[in-house]
Amino acid sequence: MTGAEPTCELRTVEDLEAIAKGCRREIVKMVKRANAGHPGGSLSVIDLLVGLYGSTLRVTTTDPKHPDRDRVILSKGHASPAMYSALHAFGFIQESDLHTYRVFNGVCQGHVDSKWTPGVDFSGGSLGMGLSFGLGIALSGKMDQKDHFSWVILGDGECQEGEIWEAAMATIHHKVDNITVIVDVNGIQNDDFVDQQMVLGDLAAKWAAFGWKIKEIDGHNMAEICAAINWSKEVVGPCVILARTTKGKGVSFMENNPSFHGKAPDDEEFQQAMEELA
Amino acid sequence: MTFAATRDGYGAALLEMAADERVVVLEADLGKSTKSCLFRAEYPNRTFSMGIAEQNMMLVAAGMASTGKIPFASTFAIFSERGFEQVRNGIARPNLKVHLCGSHGGIHTGTDGSSAQSIEDLAIYRTLPNMTVMHPCDDLSAKHLTVELLNHDSPSYTRTARNKTKRIYTEEQAQTLEIGKFSIVREGSDVAILACGVMVSEALDAAENLAKEGIQATIVDVHTLKPFDHSTMTSIAKKCGAIVTAEDHSVIGGLGGAVAESLAANLPTPLEQVGVKDVFGMSGQPDELMAHYGLTMSDIVDSVHKVVSRRTA
Repeated sequence: MTGAEPTCELRTVEDLEAIAKGCRREIVKMVKRANAGHPGGSLSVIDLLVGLYGSTLRVTTTDPKHPDRDRVILSKGHASPAMYSALHAFGFIQESDLHTYRVFNGVCQGHVDSKWTPGVDFSGGSLGMGLSFGLGIALSGKMDQKDHFSWVILGDGECQEGEIWEAAMATIHHKVDNITVIVDVNGIQNDDFVDQQMVLGDLAAKWAAFGWKIKEIDGHNMAEICAAINWSKEVVGPCVILARTTKGKGVSFMENNPSFHGKAPDDEEFQQAMEELA
Repeated sequence: MTFAATRDGYGAALLEMAADERVVVLEADLGKSTKSCLFRAEYPNRTFSMGIAEQNMMLVAAGMASTGKIPFASTFAIFSERGFEQVRNGIARPNLKVHLCGSHGGIHTGTDGSSAQSIEDLAIYRTLPNMTVMHPCDDLSAKHLTVELLNHDSPSYTRTARNKTKRIYTEEQAQTLEIGKFSIVREGSDVAILACGVMVSEALDAAENLAKEGIQATIVDVHTLKPFDHSTMTSIAKKCGAIVTAEDHSVIGGLGGAVAESLAANLPTPLEQVGVKDVFGMSGQPDELMAHYGLTMSDIVDSVHKVVSRRTA
Protein backbone atom coordinates (compact mmCIF):
# COMPACT_ATOMS: atom_id res chain seq x y z
CA MET A 1 0.00 0.00 0.00
CA THR A 2 1.11 3.53 -0.60
CA GLY A 3 1.53 5.87 2.29
CA ALA A 4 -0.83 4.28 4.80
CA GLU A 5 0.78 2.58 7.72
CA PRO A 6 -0.84 0.24 10.18
CA THR A 7 -2.41 2.17 13.01
CA CYS A 8 -0.68 0.29 15.70
CA GLU A 9 1.97 -2.27 16.30
CA LEU A 10 0.75 -5.78 16.92
CA ARG A 11 -0.28 -5.83 20.53
CA THR A 12 -0.34 -8.70 22.95
CA VAL A 13 -3.59 -10.37 23.88
CA GLU A 14 -3.23 -8.90 27.37
CA ASP A 15 -2.87 -5.39 25.95
CA LEU A 16 -5.98 -5.85 23.84
CA GLU A 17 -7.96 -7.18 26.78
CA ALA A 18 -7.01 -4.08 28.75
CA ILE A 19 -8.00 -1.82 25.85
CA ALA A 20 -11.35 -3.59 25.55
CA LYS A 21 -12.02 -3.10 29.23
CA GLY A 22 -11.37 0.61 28.89
CA CYS A 23 -13.68 0.71 25.90
CA ARG A 24 -16.43 -0.97 27.94
CA ARG A 25 -16.20 1.83 30.47
CA GLU A 26 -16.44 4.44 27.72
CA ILE A 27 -19.44 2.66 26.16
CA VAL A 28 -21.40 2.75 29.40
CA LYS A 29 -20.37 6.36 30.05
CA MET A 30 -21.46 7.45 26.55
CA VAL A 31 -24.85 5.82 26.88
CA LYS A 32 -25.27 7.23 30.39
CA ARG A 33 -24.36 10.78 29.31
CA ALA A 34 -26.74 10.60 26.33
CA ASN A 35 -29.36 8.83 28.43
CA ALA A 36 -29.98 6.80 25.28
CA GLY A 37 -28.26 4.37 22.96
CA HIS A 38 -27.47 0.70 22.70
CA PRO A 39 -25.23 -0.63 25.48
CA GLY A 40 -26.03 -4.35 25.15
CA GLY A 41 -24.89 -4.87 21.57
CA SER A 42 -21.96 -2.51 22.05
CA LEU A 43 -20.64 -4.53 24.97
CA SER A 44 -21.08 -7.78 23.03
CA VAL A 45 -19.18 -6.56 19.95
CA ILE A 46 -16.37 -4.56 21.53
CA ASP A 47 -13.87 -7.40 21.91
CA LEU A 48 -14.29 -8.15 18.21
CA LEU A 49 -13.62 -4.53 17.24
CA VAL A 50 -10.61 -4.23 19.51
CA GLY A 51 -9.24 -7.52 18.20
CA LEU A 52 -9.60 -6.22 14.67
CA TYR A 53 -8.10 -2.78 15.21
CA GLY A 54 -5.38 -4.13 17.45
CA SER A 55 -4.08 -6.98 15.36
CA THR A 56 -4.34 -6.85 11.61
CA LEU A 57 -6.13 -3.75 10.44
CA ARG A 58 -4.29 -1.54 7.95
CA VAL A 59 -5.54 1.96 8.57
CA THR A 60 -3.87 5.20 9.46
CA THR A 61 -5.06 7.89 11.83
CA THR A 62 -3.26 10.57 9.83
CA ASP A 63 -5.22 9.73 6.67
CA PRO A 64 -8.44 7.98 7.68
CA LYS A 65 -9.71 8.09 4.08
CA HIS A 66 -6.57 6.58 2.55
CA PRO A 67 -7.77 4.76 -0.60
CA ASP A 68 -5.76 1.64 0.19
CA ARG A 69 -7.00 1.24 3.76
CA ASP A 70 -8.83 -1.76 5.08
CA ARG A 71 -12.48 -1.01 5.75
CA VAL A 72 -14.35 -1.71 8.97
CA ILE A 73 -18.06 -1.82 8.23
CA LEU A 74 -20.13 -1.93 11.38
CA SER A 75 -23.34 -3.01 9.75
CA LYS A 76 -25.04 -3.22 13.14
CA GLY A 77 -24.58 0.54 13.25
CA HIS A 78 -26.52 1.03 16.48
CA ALA A 79 -23.51 -0.41 18.31
CA SER A 80 -21.88 2.93 17.59
CA PRO A 81 -20.62 3.44 21.17
CA ALA A 82 -18.41 0.39 20.64
CA MET A 83 -17.09 1.83 17.37
CA TYR A 84 -16.44 5.24 18.90
CA SER A 85 -14.68 3.79 21.92
CA ALA A 86 -12.45 1.72 19.63
CA LEU A 87 -11.74 4.68 17.34
CA HIS A 88 -10.77 6.64 20.43
CA ALA A 89 -8.59 3.85 21.80
CA PHE A 90 -6.73 3.59 18.49
CA GLY A 91 -6.28 7.31 17.97
CA PHE A 92 -8.86 8.34 15.37
CA ILE A 93 -10.96 10.57 17.61
CA GLN A 94 -10.47 12.45 20.84
CA GLU A 95 -11.88 11.80 24.27
CA SER A 96 -13.88 15.02 23.90
CA ASP A 97 -15.53 13.58 20.77
CA LEU A 98 -16.98 10.77 22.86
CA HIS A 99 -18.88 13.43 24.77
CA THR A 100 -20.70 14.36 21.55
CA TYR A 101 -22.42 10.98 21.26
CA ARG A 102 -26.05 11.72 20.30
CA VAL A 103 -25.45 15.39 21.03
CA PHE A 104 -26.69 18.10 18.64
CA ASN A 105 -24.23 18.50 15.75
CA GLY A 106 -21.85 16.05 17.38
CA VAL A 107 -18.99 14.09 15.80
CA CYS A 108 -20.40 10.88 17.27
CA GLN A 109 -23.85 10.50 15.75
CA GLY A 110 -26.45 8.13 17.17
CA HIS A 111 -25.59 5.54 14.55
CA VAL A 112 -22.22 5.25 12.81
CA ASP A 113 -21.98 7.76 9.98
CA SER A 114 -19.10 8.14 7.54
CA LYS A 115 -19.84 11.81 6.99
CA TRP A 116 -19.39 12.69 10.64
CA THR A 117 -16.72 10.56 12.23
CA PRO A 118 -13.09 10.08 11.12
CA GLY A 119 -12.39 6.38 10.68
CA VAL A 120 -16.01 5.40 10.04
CA ASP A 121 -16.28 3.89 6.57
CA PHE A 122 -19.96 3.06 6.46
CA SER A 123 -23.13 4.93 7.38
CA GLY A 124 -25.22 2.44 9.27
CA GLY A 125 -28.38 2.58 11.30
CA SER A 126 -30.52 0.53 8.96
CA LEU A 127 -29.75 -3.15 9.31
CA GLY A 128 -28.81 -5.51 6.51
CA MET A 129 -26.81 -3.19 4.28
CA GLY A 130 -23.20 -3.52 5.42
CA LEU A 131 -22.24 -6.72 3.67
CA SER A 132 -23.42 -5.36 0.31
CA PHE A 133 -21.39 -2.19 0.89
CA GLY A 134 -18.31 -4.17 1.87
CA LEU A 135 -18.77 -6.32 -1.22
CA GLY A 136 -18.84 -3.22 -3.42
CA ILE A 137 -15.54 -2.07 -1.92
CA ALA A 138 -14.04 -5.54 -2.28
CA LEU A 139 -15.08 -5.72 -5.94
CA SER A 140 -13.44 -2.34 -6.56
CA GLY A 141 -10.29 -3.61 -4.90
CA LYS A 142 -10.19 -6.66 -7.13
CA MET A 143 -10.79 -4.55 -10.23
CA ASP A 144 -7.97 -2.21 -9.31
CA GLN A 145 -5.68 -5.00 -8.06
CA LYS A 146 -5.46 -3.43 -4.63
CA ASP A 147 -5.06 -5.50 -1.53
CA HIS A 148 -7.37 -3.67 0.86
CA PHE A 149 -9.73 -5.84 2.86
CA SER A 150 -13.37 -5.40 3.92
CA TRP A 151 -14.26 -6.44 7.47
CA VAL A 152 -18.02 -6.54 7.89
CA ILE A 153 -19.53 -6.89 11.35
CA LEU A 154 -23.11 -8.12 11.50
CA GLY A 155 -25.48 -8.86 14.34
CA ASP A 156 -27.18 -12.22 14.54
CA GLY A 157 -30.64 -10.64 14.59
CA GLU A 158 -29.52 -8.65 11.57
CA CYS A 159 -29.16 -11.93 9.66
CA GLN A 160 -32.96 -11.93 9.46
CA GLU A 161 -32.63 -9.23 6.79
CA GLY A 162 -32.97 -10.67 3.29
CA GLU A 163 -30.30 -8.37 1.86
CA ILE A 164 -27.65 -10.18 3.91
CA TRP A 165 -28.32 -13.33 1.95
CA GLU A 166 -28.51 -11.48 -1.36
CA ALA A 167 -25.03 -10.21 -0.60
CA ALA A 168 -23.79 -13.57 0.67
CA MET A 169 -24.82 -15.10 -2.66
CA ALA A 170 -23.29 -12.29 -4.71
CA THR A 171 -19.96 -12.52 -2.87
CA ILE A 172 -19.59 -16.15 -3.89
CA HIS A 173 -20.86 -15.53 -7.43
CA HIS A 174 -18.24 -12.85 -8.00
CA LYS A 175 -15.48 -14.93 -6.40
CA VAL A 176 -14.60 -12.21 -3.93
CA ASP A 177 -12.18 -13.23 -1.22
CA ASN A 178 -10.91 -9.92 0.16
CA ILE A 179 -13.81 -9.79 2.61
CA THR A 180 -14.58 -11.33 6.00
CA VAL A 181 -17.84 -11.28 7.91
CA ILE A 182 -17.85 -11.35 11.69
CA VAL A 183 -21.24 -12.10 13.23
CA ASP A 184 -21.77 -10.92 16.79
CA VAL A 185 -23.99 -13.80 17.89
CA ASN A 186 -25.38 -12.41 21.13
CA GLY A 187 -28.78 -14.05 20.85
CA ILE A 188 -30.83 -10.94 21.57
CA GLN A 189 -32.43 -8.36 19.33
CA ASN A 190 -34.49 -5.25 19.97
CA ASP A 191 -37.69 -6.75 21.29
CA ASP A 192 -36.56 -10.04 22.75
CA PHE A 193 -34.34 -13.08 22.36
CA VAL A 194 -33.57 -13.88 18.72
CA ASP A 195 -35.15 -17.31 19.04
CA GLN A 196 -38.41 -15.69 20.09
CA GLN A 197 -38.44 -13.11 17.29
CA MET A 198 -37.32 -15.20 14.31
CA VAL A 199 -35.33 -18.33 14.84
CA LEU A 200 -32.13 -18.39 12.80
CA GLY A 201 -31.49 -22.09 13.10
CA ASP A 202 -28.00 -23.29 12.30
CA LEU A 203 -26.27 -20.09 11.20
CA ALA A 204 -23.04 -21.91 10.41
CA ALA A 205 -24.88 -24.32 8.13
CA LYS A 206 -26.69 -21.45 6.45
CA TRP A 207 -23.50 -19.52 5.65
CA ALA A 208 -21.76 -22.74 4.62
CA ALA A 209 -24.64 -23.56 2.29
CA PHE A 210 -24.03 -20.24 0.55
CA GLY A 211 -20.38 -21.24 0.06
CA TRP A 212 -18.63 -19.38 2.87
CA LYS A 213 -15.85 -20.78 5.08
CA ILE A 214 -16.89 -20.84 8.73
CA LYS A 215 -15.11 -20.55 12.05
CA GLU A 216 -16.98 -20.47 15.33
CA ILE A 217 -15.30 -18.81 18.29
CA ASP A 218 -15.86 -17.40 21.73
CA GLY A 219 -16.32 -13.73 20.89
CA HIS A 220 -14.95 -12.62 24.24
CA ASN A 221 -11.73 -14.65 24.07
CA MET A 222 -9.17 -12.25 22.62
CA ALA A 223 -6.73 -14.98 21.66
CA GLU A 224 -9.44 -16.81 19.73
CA ILE A 225 -10.57 -13.55 18.10
CA CYS A 226 -7.08 -12.68 16.87
CA ALA A 227 -6.48 -16.24 15.67
CA ALA A 228 -9.77 -16.28 13.76
CA ILE A 229 -9.02 -12.92 12.13
CA ASN A 230 -5.66 -14.21 10.95
CA TRP A 231 -7.25 -17.48 9.81
CA SER A 232 -9.73 -15.62 7.66
CA LYS A 233 -6.98 -13.70 5.89
CA GLU A 234 -5.11 -16.89 5.07
CA VAL A 235 -8.05 -18.93 3.86
CA VAL A 236 -8.91 -18.70 0.17
CA GLY A 237 -12.50 -17.54 -0.30
CA PRO A 238 -14.78 -15.43 1.85
CA CYS A 239 -14.97 -16.33 5.53
CA VAL A 240 -17.50 -15.93 8.30
CA ILE A 241 -16.42 -15.78 11.90
CA LEU A 242 -19.39 -16.67 14.08
CA ALA A 243 -18.51 -15.12 17.41
CA ARG A 244 -20.60 -16.39 20.30
CA THR A 245 -21.01 -13.43 22.60
CA THR A 246 -23.01 -12.28 25.60
CA LYS A 247 -25.18 -9.23 25.16
CA GLY A 248 -24.16 -6.64 27.75
CA LYS A 249 -20.90 -8.51 28.49
CA GLY A 250 -19.03 -7.14 31.50
CA VAL A 251 -21.94 -5.52 33.32
CA SER A 252 -23.76 -8.17 35.33
CA PHE A 253 -27.26 -6.76 35.21
CA MET A 254 -27.02 -6.06 31.48
CA GLU A 255 -25.72 -9.50 30.58
CA ASN A 256 -28.13 -11.53 28.52
CA ASN A 257 -30.86 -9.03 29.39
CA PRO A 258 -33.01 -7.92 26.42
CA SER A 259 -34.08 -4.75 28.23
CA PHE A 260 -30.56 -3.32 27.84
CA HIS A 261 -30.57 -3.59 24.06
CA GLY A 262 -31.46 0.07 23.80
CA LYS A 263 -31.65 1.62 27.24
CA ALA A 264 -29.36 3.69 29.41
CA PRO A 265 -28.64 2.71 33.02
CA ASP A 266 -30.04 4.84 35.83
CA ASP A 267 -27.67 6.51 38.31
CA GLU A 268 -27.46 3.55 40.65
CA GLU A 269 -26.98 1.08 37.81
CA PHE A 270 -24.31 3.31 36.33
CA GLN A 271 -22.34 3.31 39.55
CA GLN A 272 -22.55 -0.43 39.75
CA ALA A 273 -21.44 -0.78 36.13
CA MET A 274 -18.42 1.44 36.73
CA GLU A 275 -17.45 -0.62 39.77
CA GLU A 276 -17.76 -3.86 37.83
CA LEU A 277 -15.67 -2.45 34.98
CA ALA A 278 -13.02 -0.91 37.26
CA MET B 1 -39.66 11.69 -38.14
CA THR B 2 -37.44 9.34 -36.12
CA PHE B 3 -38.86 7.18 -33.35
CA ALA B 4 -36.67 5.89 -30.53
CA ALA B 5 -36.85 4.85 -26.90
CA THR B 6 -35.07 6.69 -24.10
CA ARG B 7 -33.68 3.39 -22.78
CA ASP B 8 -31.67 3.13 -26.01
CA GLY B 9 -30.16 6.50 -25.17
CA TYR B 10 -29.10 5.17 -21.78
CA GLY B 11 -27.40 2.17 -23.37
CA ALA B 12 -25.63 4.38 -25.90
CA ALA B 13 -24.46 6.69 -23.10
CA LEU B 14 -22.86 3.82 -21.18
CA LEU B 15 -20.84 2.94 -24.26
CA GLU B 16 -19.84 6.54 -24.81
CA MET B 17 -18.58 6.81 -21.22
CA ALA B 18 -16.67 3.54 -21.33
CA ALA B 19 -13.34 5.25 -21.97
CA ASP B 20 -13.51 6.48 -18.41
CA GLU B 21 -12.21 3.54 -16.42
CA ARG B 22 -14.11 4.66 -13.33
CA VAL B 23 -17.39 3.72 -14.97
CA VAL B 24 -18.87 0.41 -13.80
CA VAL B 25 -22.26 -1.02 -14.66
CA LEU B 26 -24.55 -3.04 -12.42
CA GLU B 27 -27.54 -5.07 -13.53
CA ALA B 28 -30.33 -6.95 -11.79
CA ASP B 29 -31.28 -9.45 -14.50
CA LEU B 30 -32.83 -6.78 -16.70
CA GLY B 31 -29.84 -5.61 -18.67
CA LYS B 32 -31.48 -6.61 -21.94
CA SER B 33 -34.40 -4.37 -21.05
CA THR B 34 -32.60 -1.35 -19.61
CA LYS B 35 -29.97 -1.61 -22.38
CA SER B 36 -26.98 -1.93 -20.08
CA CYS B 37 -26.49 -5.14 -22.11
CA LEU B 38 -24.78 -2.97 -24.72
CA PHE B 39 -22.03 -2.13 -22.22
CA ARG B 40 -21.84 -5.72 -20.99
CA ALA B 41 -21.18 -6.94 -24.51
CA GLU B 42 -18.16 -4.68 -24.87
CA TYR B 43 -16.92 -4.43 -21.28
CA PRO B 44 -17.82 -7.61 -19.39
CA ASN B 45 -15.10 -7.03 -16.79
CA ARG B 46 -16.75 -3.79 -15.69
CA THR B 47 -20.31 -5.14 -15.75
CA PHE B 48 -21.63 -6.83 -12.63
CA SER B 49 -24.65 -9.08 -12.51
CA MET B 50 -26.33 -8.70 -9.15
CA GLY B 51 -29.09 -11.19 -9.90
CA ILE B 52 -32.68 -10.52 -9.02
CA ALA B 53 -31.65 -8.74 -5.83
CA GLU B 54 -32.08 -4.99 -6.07
CA GLN B 55 -31.41 -4.14 -2.44
CA ASN B 56 -27.95 -5.67 -2.61
CA MET B 57 -27.30 -3.94 -5.94
CA MET B 58 -27.88 -0.52 -4.39
CA LEU B 59 -25.35 -0.99 -1.61
CA VAL B 60 -22.77 -2.75 -3.79
CA ALA B 61 -22.94 0.30 -6.04
CA ALA B 62 -22.57 2.52 -2.97
CA GLY B 63 -19.50 0.59 -1.83
CA MET B 64 -17.97 0.93 -5.29
CA ALA B 65 -18.72 4.65 -5.36
CA SER B 66 -17.01 5.04 -1.99
CA THR B 67 -13.78 3.88 -3.64
CA GLY B 68 -14.03 6.35 -6.53
CA LYS B 69 -15.84 4.22 -9.10
CA ILE B 70 -18.79 5.76 -10.94
CA PRO B 71 -21.48 3.09 -10.83
CA PHE B 72 -24.43 3.08 -13.19
CA ALA B 73 -27.04 0.64 -11.89
CA SER B 74 -30.24 -0.10 -13.71
CA THR B 75 -33.41 -2.12 -13.42
CA PHE B 76 -37.08 -1.41 -14.06
CA ALA B 77 -38.23 1.80 -12.40
CA ILE B 78 -40.64 -0.18 -10.27
CA PHE B 79 -38.00 -2.65 -9.05
CA SER B 80 -35.60 0.10 -8.12
CA GLU B 81 -38.24 0.96 -5.56
CA ARG B 82 -37.63 -2.46 -3.98
CA GLY B 83 -34.37 -0.92 -2.81
CA PHE B 84 -35.75 2.52 -1.98
CA GLU B 85 -34.62 2.52 1.62
CA GLN B 86 -31.21 1.31 0.46
CA VAL B 87 -31.08 4.28 -1.91
CA ARG B 88 -32.19 6.58 0.87
CA ASN B 89 -29.87 5.40 3.63
CA GLY B 90 -27.04 3.85 1.65
CA ILE B 91 -26.65 6.20 -1.34
CA ALA B 92 -28.38 9.56 -0.88
CA ARG B 93 -27.59 10.04 2.81
CA PRO B 94 -23.80 9.55 2.47
CA ASN B 95 -24.05 11.37 -0.90
CA LEU B 96 -22.29 8.60 -2.82
CA LYS B 97 -22.26 9.21 -6.56
CA VAL B 98 -24.31 6.26 -7.71
CA HIS B 99 -26.42 6.75 -10.80
CA LEU B 100 -29.62 4.74 -10.98
CA CYS B 101 -31.65 4.23 -14.09
CA GLY B 102 -35.21 2.98 -13.85
CA SER B 103 -36.49 1.88 -17.22
CA HIS B 104 -40.05 0.97 -18.19
CA GLY B 105 -41.43 3.89 -16.22
CA GLY B 106 -45.07 4.85 -16.53
CA ILE B 107 -48.33 3.56 -17.97
CA HIS B 108 -46.75 3.73 -21.44
CA THR B 109 -44.91 0.50 -20.53
CA GLY B 110 -48.01 -1.28 -21.79
CA THR B 111 -49.01 -4.91 -21.75
CA ASP B 112 -46.97 -5.97 -18.71
CA GLY B 113 -49.70 -4.30 -16.69
CA SER B 114 -49.86 -2.44 -13.42
CA SER B 115 -47.11 -4.33 -11.56
CA ALA B 116 -44.50 -3.03 -14.02
CA GLN B 117 -45.85 0.49 -14.52
CA SER B 118 -44.21 2.72 -11.94
CA ILE B 119 -46.27 5.87 -11.57
CA GLU B 120 -44.58 7.03 -8.37
CA ASP B 121 -40.82 6.79 -8.93
CA LEU B 122 -40.26 10.46 -9.75
CA ALA B 123 -42.21 11.50 -6.67
CA ILE B 124 -40.40 9.29 -4.19
CA TYR B 125 -36.85 9.89 -5.44
CA ARG B 126 -37.51 13.63 -5.56
CA THR B 127 -38.01 13.62 -1.78
CA LEU B 128 -34.47 12.44 -1.06
CA PRO B 129 -31.85 15.08 -0.20
CA ASN B 130 -28.83 15.04 -2.54
CA MET B 131 -30.70 13.17 -5.30
CA THR B 132 -30.89 14.49 -8.84
CA VAL B 133 -34.00 13.22 -10.65
CA MET B 134 -34.29 13.17 -14.44
CA HIS B 135 -36.78 11.93 -17.00
CA PRO B 136 -35.60 12.67 -20.55
CA CYS B 137 -38.00 12.77 -23.48
CA ASP B 138 -36.04 11.13 -26.27
CA ASP B 139 -33.04 8.91 -26.90
CA LEU B 140 -30.61 11.68 -27.79
CA SER B 141 -31.34 13.77 -24.72
CA ALA B 142 -31.27 10.65 -22.53
CA LYS B 143 -27.86 9.85 -23.91
CA HIS B 144 -26.47 13.33 -23.44
CA LEU B 145 -27.85 13.83 -19.94
CA THR B 146 -26.59 10.42 -18.82
CA VAL B 147 -23.11 11.24 -20.09
CA GLU B 148 -23.33 14.54 -18.19
CA LEU B 149 -23.65 12.51 -14.98
CA LEU B 150 -19.98 11.54 -15.28
CA ASN B 151 -19.01 14.84 -13.73
CA HIS B 152 -22.12 15.32 -11.64
CA ASP B 153 -21.60 15.89 -7.97
CA SER B 154 -24.50 13.95 -6.50
CA PRO B 155 -26.29 10.64 -6.88
CA SER B 156 -29.09 10.49 -9.40
CA TYR B 157 -32.16 8.65 -10.56
CA THR B 158 -33.09 8.72 -14.24
CA ARG B 159 -36.34 7.30 -15.53
CA THR B 160 -36.37 5.94 -19.05
CA ALA B 161 -39.24 4.50 -21.05
CA ARG B 162 -39.63 1.15 -22.76
CA ASN B 163 -41.38 2.21 -25.95
CA LYS B 164 -40.37 4.38 -28.84
CA THR B 165 -41.66 7.92 -29.15
CA LYS B 166 -40.90 10.78 -31.49
CA ARG B 167 -37.37 12.13 -31.36
CA ILE B 168 -37.55 15.73 -30.14
CA TYR B 169 -33.97 16.96 -30.51
CA THR B 170 -31.25 16.89 -33.10
CA GLU B 171 -27.81 15.66 -31.99
CA GLU B 172 -26.63 19.26 -31.77
CA GLN B 173 -29.62 20.43 -29.77
CA ALA B 174 -29.31 17.55 -27.33
CA GLN B 175 -25.69 18.51 -26.66
CA THR B 176 -26.81 21.86 -25.29
CA LEU B 177 -29.01 20.41 -22.53
CA GLU B 178 -27.89 20.97 -18.97
CA ILE B 179 -28.88 18.98 -15.90
CA GLY B 180 -31.16 21.19 -13.81
CA LYS B 181 -32.08 23.66 -16.58
CA PHE B 182 -35.45 23.67 -18.31
CA SER B 183 -35.33 23.12 -22.05
CA ILE B 184 -37.78 25.38 -23.86
CA VAL B 185 -38.66 23.57 -27.09
CA ARG B 186 -41.38 25.94 -28.29
CA GLU B 187 -42.11 29.59 -27.51
CA GLY B 188 -45.56 31.05 -26.95
CA SER B 189 -47.08 33.51 -24.54
CA ASP B 190 -50.67 32.32 -23.98
CA VAL B 191 -49.99 29.22 -21.91
CA ALA B 192 -47.01 27.10 -20.89
CA ILE B 193 -47.11 23.32 -21.05
CA LEU B 194 -44.42 21.68 -18.95
CA ALA B 195 -43.92 18.06 -19.85
CA CYS B 196 -41.49 15.25 -19.24
CA GLY B 197 -40.68 11.93 -20.86
CA VAL B 198 -43.10 10.52 -23.40
CA MET B 199 -45.51 13.43 -22.80
CA VAL B 200 -43.21 16.00 -24.43
CA SER B 201 -44.13 14.86 -27.93
CA GLU B 202 -47.83 14.89 -26.93
CA ALA B 203 -47.36 18.44 -25.68
CA LEU B 204 -45.79 19.53 -28.96
CA ASP B 205 -48.69 18.00 -30.90
CA ALA B 206 -51.08 19.81 -28.57
CA ALA B 207 -49.29 23.09 -29.26
CA GLU B 208 -49.77 22.66 -33.02
CA ASN B 209 -53.51 22.15 -32.55
CA LEU B 210 -53.80 25.04 -30.11
CA ALA B 211 -52.03 27.32 -32.58
CA LYS B 212 -54.81 26.67 -35.08
CA GLU B 213 -57.25 28.22 -32.65
CA GLY B 214 -54.93 31.10 -31.90
CA ILE B 215 -53.43 29.90 -28.62
CA GLN B 216 -49.66 30.03 -28.65
CA ALA B 217 -48.07 27.68 -26.14
CA THR B 218 -44.61 27.59 -24.64
CA ILE B 219 -43.49 23.96 -24.38
CA VAL B 220 -40.90 23.04 -21.78
CA ASP B 221 -39.11 19.71 -21.63
CA VAL B 222 -38.54 19.30 -17.90
CA HIS B 223 -35.88 16.64 -18.26
CA THR B 224 -34.65 17.40 -14.74
CA LEU B 225 -37.27 17.39 -11.99
CA LYS B 226 -34.66 17.95 -9.32
CA PRO B 227 -32.84 20.23 -8.88
CA PHE B 228 -35.87 22.17 -10.10
CA ASP B 229 -35.31 25.21 -12.31
CA HIS B 230 -37.30 27.65 -10.17
CA SER B 231 -36.05 30.82 -11.84
CA THR B 232 -37.07 29.72 -15.34
CA MET B 233 -40.36 28.44 -13.92
CA THR B 234 -41.12 31.83 -12.46
CA SER B 235 -40.26 33.74 -15.62
CA ILE B 236 -42.42 31.40 -17.71
CA ALA B 237 -45.31 31.79 -15.28
CA LYS B 238 -44.92 35.55 -15.46
CA LYS B 239 -44.95 35.50 -19.25
CA CYS B 240 -47.79 32.99 -19.82
CA GLY B 241 -49.94 33.29 -16.72
CA ALA B 242 -51.37 29.78 -17.10
CA ILE B 243 -49.60 26.44 -16.71
CA VAL B 244 -50.35 22.85 -17.68
CA THR B 245 -48.15 19.95 -16.65
CA ALA B 246 -48.09 16.64 -18.51
CA GLU B 247 -46.49 13.47 -17.20
CA ASP B 248 -46.89 9.71 -17.45
CA HIS B 249 -46.80 9.55 -13.66
CA SER B 250 -49.13 10.13 -10.76
CA VAL B 251 -50.40 13.68 -10.42
CA ILE B 252 -49.18 13.41 -6.83
CA GLY B 253 -45.60 14.43 -6.20
CA GLY B 254 -44.06 14.24 -9.67
CA LEU B 255 -43.71 16.97 -12.27
CA GLY B 256 -47.10 18.48 -11.41
CA GLY B 257 -46.21 18.43 -7.75
CA ALA B 258 -42.85 20.07 -8.33
CA VAL B 259 -44.42 22.79 -10.48
CA ALA B 260 -47.18 23.39 -7.93
CA GLU B 261 -44.61 23.77 -5.15
CA SER B 262 -42.60 26.22 -7.19
CA LEU B 263 -45.57 28.31 -8.30
CA ALA B 264 -47.09 28.42 -4.83
CA ALA B 265 -43.83 29.66 -3.39
CA ASN B 266 -42.83 32.11 -6.09
CA LEU B 267 -45.73 33.20 -8.29
CA PRO B 268 -49.16 31.65 -7.70
CA THR B 269 -50.50 30.87 -11.18
CA PRO B 270 -53.44 28.74 -12.42
CA LEU B 271 -52.25 25.17 -12.96
CA GLU B 272 -53.87 22.11 -14.50
CA GLN B 273 -52.27 18.69 -14.32
CA VAL B 274 -52.34 15.96 -16.94
CA GLY B 275 -51.19 12.75 -15.34
CA VAL B 276 -52.30 9.50 -13.76
CA LYS B 277 -55.07 10.39 -11.34
CA ASP B 278 -54.10 8.35 -8.29
CA VAL B 279 -54.98 4.98 -9.78
CA PHE B 280 -52.97 1.94 -10.83
CA GLY B 281 -52.66 0.95 -14.47
CA MET B 282 -53.53 -2.26 -16.30
CA SER B 283 -52.56 -4.22 -19.38
CA GLY B 284 -53.11 -2.84 -22.83
CA GLN B 285 -51.31 -1.26 -25.76
CA PRO B 286 -49.62 2.01 -24.84
CA ASP B 287 -51.95 4.11 -26.99
CA GLU B 288 -55.03 2.43 -25.51
CA LEU B 289 -53.75 3.02 -21.99
CA MET B 290 -52.71 6.60 -22.60
CA ALA B 291 -56.19 7.36 -23.87
CA HIS B 292 -57.85 5.55 -20.99
CA TYR B 293 -55.83 7.33 -18.32
CA GLY B 294 -56.09 10.76 -19.90
CA LEU B 295 -52.50 11.10 -21.09
CA THR B 296 -52.94 12.23 -24.68
CA MET B 297 -52.52 15.32 -26.79
CA SER B 298 -56.27 15.98 -26.56
CA ASP B 299 -56.21 15.75 -22.76
CA ILE B 300 -53.51 18.40 -22.79
CA VAL B 301 -55.58 20.58 -25.13
CA ASP B 302 -58.58 20.25 -22.80
CA SER B 303 -56.45 21.21 -19.81
CA VAL B 304 -55.14 24.25 -21.69
CA HIS B 305 -58.67 25.44 -22.36
CA LYS B 306 -59.51 24.99 -18.72
CA VAL B 307 -56.47 26.77 -17.35
CA VAL B 308 -56.78 29.66 -19.80
CA SER B 309 -60.39 30.17 -18.72
CA ARG B 310 -59.29 30.15 -15.09
CA ARG B 311 -56.72 32.83 -15.81
CA THR B 312 -59.21 35.13 -17.47
CA ALA B 313 -62.03 34.39 -15.04
